[in-house]
Parts: sequence; structure tokens; C-alpha cells
Amino acid sequence: MPNLTKLGLMATAAGFLAASPALALDLEFYFPVAVGGAAADTIEALTSEYAAAHPELNISAIYAGSYNDASAKAITAAHGGNPPQISVLLSTDTYTLIDEDLIVPFDDYVTAEEAESWIGGFYPAFMLNGQSEGKTWGIPFQRSTPVMYWNKEAFAAAGLDPEHAPANWEELVSISQTLTTRDDNGNVTQWGLRIPSAGFPYWLFQGLAIPNGGILADATGTHTSFDDPAVIEAAQFLYDLANVHGVMAPGAIEWGATPKAFFEGETAIMWTTTGNLVNVTNNAPFDFGVAMLPANVSRGAPTGGGNFYLFKESSDAQKEAAVDFVQWITAPAQSARWTMATGYVAPRAETWELPAMQAYVQEVPGALVARDQLEFAKAELSTFQNSQITKIFNDALASVLAGQTDATTAMTEAQAKADAILADYR
Amino acid sequence: MKRTTIHAWLMLLPAMTLLVAFTHYPAIKTIIASFWTTGRGRRESQFAGLDNYAKLLGDDVFWQVLGNNLIYAAITIPVSIALAISMALFVNKKLLGRSAVRMAYFTPTVLPLIAVANIWLFFYTPGFGLIDQIRGLFGLPEQNWMGSPSTALYTMMAVTIWKEAGFFMIFYLAALQAISPSLYEAAEIEGAPRWAVFRRITLPLLMPTTLFVSVNAVINAFRMIDHIFTMTGGGPNNASSLLLFYIYEVAFRQWNTAYAATLTVVMLVILAALAIGQFFFLDRKVHYK
Repeated sequence: MPNLTKLGLMATAAGFLAASPALALDLEFYFPVAVGGAAADTIEALTSEYAAAHPELNISAIYAGSYNDASAKAITAAHGGNPPQISVLLSTDTYTLIDEDLIVPFDDYVTAEEAESWIGGFYPAFMLNGQSEGKTWGIPFQRSTPVMYWNKEAFAAAGLDPEHAPANWEELVSISQTLTTRDDNGNVTQWGLRIPSAGFPYWLFQGLAIPNGGILADATGTHTSFDDPAVIEAAQFLYDLANVHGVMAPGAIEWGATPKAFFEGETAIMWTTTGNLVNVTNNAPFDFGVAMLPANVSRGAPTGGGNFYLFKESSDAQKEAAVDFVQWITAPAQSARWTMATGYVAPRAETWELPAMQAYVQEVPGALVARDQLEFAKAELSTFQNSQITKIFNDALASVLAGQTDATTAMTEAQAKADAILADYR
Repeated sequence: MKRTTIHAWLMLLPAMTLLVAFTHYPAIKTIIASFWTTGRGRRESQFAGLDNYAKLLGDDVFWQVLGNNLIYAAITIPVSIALAISMALFVNKKLLGRSAVRMAYFTPTVLPLIAVANIWLFFYTPGFGLIDQIRGLFGLPEQNWMGSPSTALYTMMAVTIWKEAGFFMIFYLAALQAISPSLYEAAEIEGAPRWAVFRRITLPLLMPTTLFVSVNAVINAFRMIDHIFTMTGGGPNNASSLLLFYIYEVAFRQWNTAYAATLTVVMLVILAALAIGQFFFLDRKVHYK
């Protein structure tokens, strides 16, 4: 028994110690990794460099798993009263974190001049998901956008111009039809097109909706337009690609297996994130091209990936130190290293002007496509109660793709469900 | 209080502390939470009465995952038990390379479910997955069983059965070896046919094991969801989602903790009812006299 009491006391004491401000300024930083090992190593290397230059700080970069795990960890830690000071989380988590009252905007911790030169220096498309109520809540870091990869050898074999990727929906259908080949039994040996749709279909679907003029949610995070005719039409088009034009495998298509399917010649064109650029460059056994998503009414694509957030529950000194760190890691020199290691799109124009980046785009010209597409990019679907709203939309789209519900009914129902949830926030 | 009573309580204390702290207290807290709204930073949690339960009754996804879970249990439990018994009978015989076969049957159990799910993901992959490569040899078209709402749940069941049967086999194997050989010798002298031996001797003597295994299987049918994370994420359109997976989604993706508590209460009630049912009704019939 005495031992137990002692243990209890020690635990309590440890609790107090952890809660009280330590001598060196503590800075905890959670980061998720969505692709491969290079990302985690690079973040850790950058953080320890910064730590070496700032001995007054006690900064620790904590790997927190996938995006979902990382937000679960950060939110749980914050509910428990022990949040990190900064964290990279999905850019679409903004409204959730605001709703939970866990984050503060960056604006209060930068000078007016910095607001202009630093916050103003990011590509506007990358700021869409991070700005709300006139404030900047998220600073772009590991950001991406979907692009189209095509197999030049398969194009040449089908008698197509290997240097010309489909530029609009009509070409997408006709070129994919030429690329789809069948054996004597009528079984498909090569699909023309692969747009992964399992898990979170809304993201690549936005690559169809946005070019068609359909915006899924407004900038206040309180209104969705799932039943907009442009959205319904895009959903119908995605269904038709598999079931009418016969250029894509029917049913939900896996994300994870998509690059592999491309390497194996299972599909001649694939849509996936630019985050796969390094992977494809290293592993595609053929010459491939990277292009912007095809246009319909206009060009267009969603953005994706993670932003830096500043957590509320910390001292002003910690917040200032945190903002300084974020400014440092998003500065051109660091940002360029990060982009070259991972394939994420460097979010500031000035980064692309560095000699190292100029050399990099000579070697990997595909990297420029993602940057140039930003001109046409719009926000990723993000609202209050984001997971719930996104799930409603994903389920509706999945039922359309499976042929269970027609596009108009599914999208109208989804809109009604979303309205019921978002009414509280208007 | 008598000295022995105090003694007894003291002996119980360590186990009880753990049980109360990690089982009873959370369960009661969950039940209480199900009568409140989810508090968010900008709005306080409020007493909601039965609102969460009313929402549950009108929630299509809840009914769908509950239905999925019942089908899932109704198929995976009997199939994996039947397979376990046949495998145990097979490897209980004298047989060349018996240890190797036993090990092969047991291997799926040793592997973590996440790893197993990744292997099956490769089996199922349309086009170049193992199943399609074999189907290709016979000129059959590619399939997308995981990506189709009508078959996705069954692909999950196959993984579970594959994983569980080997585990249950171990219990049956132990039980078979505990059956006295004299019973079989007596049956042989009587000239009983093999089927009668199985039905009259082996099966009844395996009943206590079957009870134990089936309780475990029922719990697992509601508890094992790791492969769903890795393989389908509950999709398409919740076709392969199970109750616990839905609870996870509501609690840790949507952060709707109050509604997740309500769903958890439903799950607790189902599990408690099944466990009580199994122990009280089956227990009377399992012991061979």
C-alpha cells in the first residue's frame, strides 16, 4: 500500500510539472505523413536544424500518423488540456477546429508588413481553405492538387499522339475509348482511364465538378450546393465514363492500387495527386506525361493537403515562437527542400525562382503542371461538421457510381441532409 | 465486519479497481453521455433527453450497418466454426507432415489483421490481383467485388473466416485430444458407422468448446474491424461498414461524441443480450451426461 501511495503522489507531481511552464520554451509540433518515408525524415531534419539555431526553444516534432490520426490526436490532446502549439492538419479541418474553439488566426501574431509579405505571398488558391471570417487560420505547407498522368507508350501503341493529353471532356472520352482494349473474349486488357473513387471520392470528383462550374461549398462553410445542376451533371459524367462510354472500370476504384495499375499497363491514363509524382518518376517503366485535368466549361481542380494551425491553449511567447517557426519552414530555402523531397507543391511563387528549384523542374517538368494549375484551382470541400457533410456527399456519390440511385435524386437528398446539419451554423 | 470478509474484499480490490476504472465507469459514463448533446468549443453540452435515441431510429446508416453486422455475424460465425472443426479433425489424424499442416492452418491467426488485410487487398485487386490473374487463365473478365455494394461485405467476411478458423481450430484440437480413446474403441467394437461416432461421441464432447468458441466468435464479429480500415473504409456507400466502424467514424472523425455514445449503448445492449443468452440457454445443453 505505501508503494501505491508513493506512486500516486509521483504521478500527481509529474502531472503538475508537465502543466507548469518549463524554463526553456516548449514547442510541440504534430505532423501527419500521407506519403512515404522521405516526408517524415525531411520534417525532422528541418526541425532539428531550426532547433539548433534556437537553443532557447525546446521544440519537438511529433509524427502523428495519417491525416485522420493526426487530427484525432490533436483534438483529443486539446480536449485533454494539453494540445500541441502547432500542427499540420488537413486544410479542410479549418471549420472543425474553429467550431471546437481550438485554434487562433495567424493575423494577431504577425506585423502588418509580415501579413502583406508573408501571408500575401502564398498562391491564392492555397489560401481558400485556410481563410474564413476575414482571418487566416491555416498556412499552406504540404499542399497538393490532382493531375492527370498518361502513358506515352500506350498512346503511341493506340495510334494517338503521345505528346497530346486530353484537354477537354470530349477528348477525354474519345481518347480513352481508343485506349481501351479488349481481348477475344471481350474482356478488357487495358482501361483508358482510372479515376479512383473508393474512400473519399469527393476530391477527384471536384476535378470534374469545378471545370463544369460546380462549387460544392461556399466560403462561410455553412452552405453546400450538392444539388446544383453543374454538380449533378458532373456526377452523371463520372458514372457515364464507366457505364456508358465503357472507358473506366465500373464500381468503386481503389486509391492505393492506382499507381500500380498505371505501372502495370492496366490503365493508360490515371488521375491522382501530384504527391505521387516522385513515386511515378521512380517506378513507371515507360515514358509518361503529366497534364492538367481536362477542361469542360473552364479548367479547374480542387486543392488538397495540409496547413499549419496555431493552437489557442498556449502562452503568447509560445505562439510567437510558433509563428516564427512556421515562417521559417515555409521560407523559400526550406520549402524548396521539402518540395524536392516529397513532390508537394511549393506554396509560394518566390520558392520556384530559386536556382535549386529551377534545376529541379528541368529534371521533373511534371512539377510545373501542378503549380500552373493553381491558377484555375478552387477550394476543397470544407464546411462546419466537415466529416459528416463529406460523408453524406461521399455516400451519395458512391450510390450514384454503383448505379443504386440516379444522380439527381442522390444529390438532392444529400443536399437536404447537409442543410439539416448546417442550419445550426447559419 | 468479520476478519475474513475484510480479507476477501482486500483480495478482490486490485481486480475490482481495474474493472471499475476501465469497464464499469466508462460504461456508465457512456450511458450518461448518450442523454446529452455533444459539447463543442463554441457551444456547451446540453441535456437532450432521448433526442439522440430518436435520431438513431431515423438514421439510415445506423440501420444499414446494424443489418450488415447481423449478416456478417450470421455467416462468419457458423462457417468459421464448421471449418475449424473440420480442420481440427483433419490434423488430429496420423498424417504426413502433421505439424506443418497444423502450423499452416494457424498462421493466419498469428499475423496481425492489418497485414492480413493488405494481403487480401492484393488478392482482390481488380485486373492484376491474384484472384483476377487466376480468373484470367480461364478467360474470365475482371471483377471488382470490393468496389461493388452488393459484394463488398462478403469480401470482408472471407477475410474474417480465413483469420478466425485457424484460431478456433486450436481449441478444437485440444478438445479432441482430451476425448478418451476408450470411447472410440468401444464404438469400434459395437461396429458404429463413422458418422454416428462423430455425431454421438465427438460432437457432444466438443460442445463446451463450441460454447467458448461461439462466445468469442460473437464478440469478434462486433469487435474486429481493422481490416475494414485497410480495405474498404466501410464503402462503397456503407456497404461494408459494421457497427463498431460506424461508431469510430462518428466519434473520431465527426467528433459527435454524444451520438457515438448512443450507438455504443446499443452495441453494449446487443453484446450483453447475446452473452447472457449464450451462457444461460446454451450452458444447460452443452455438458454431456
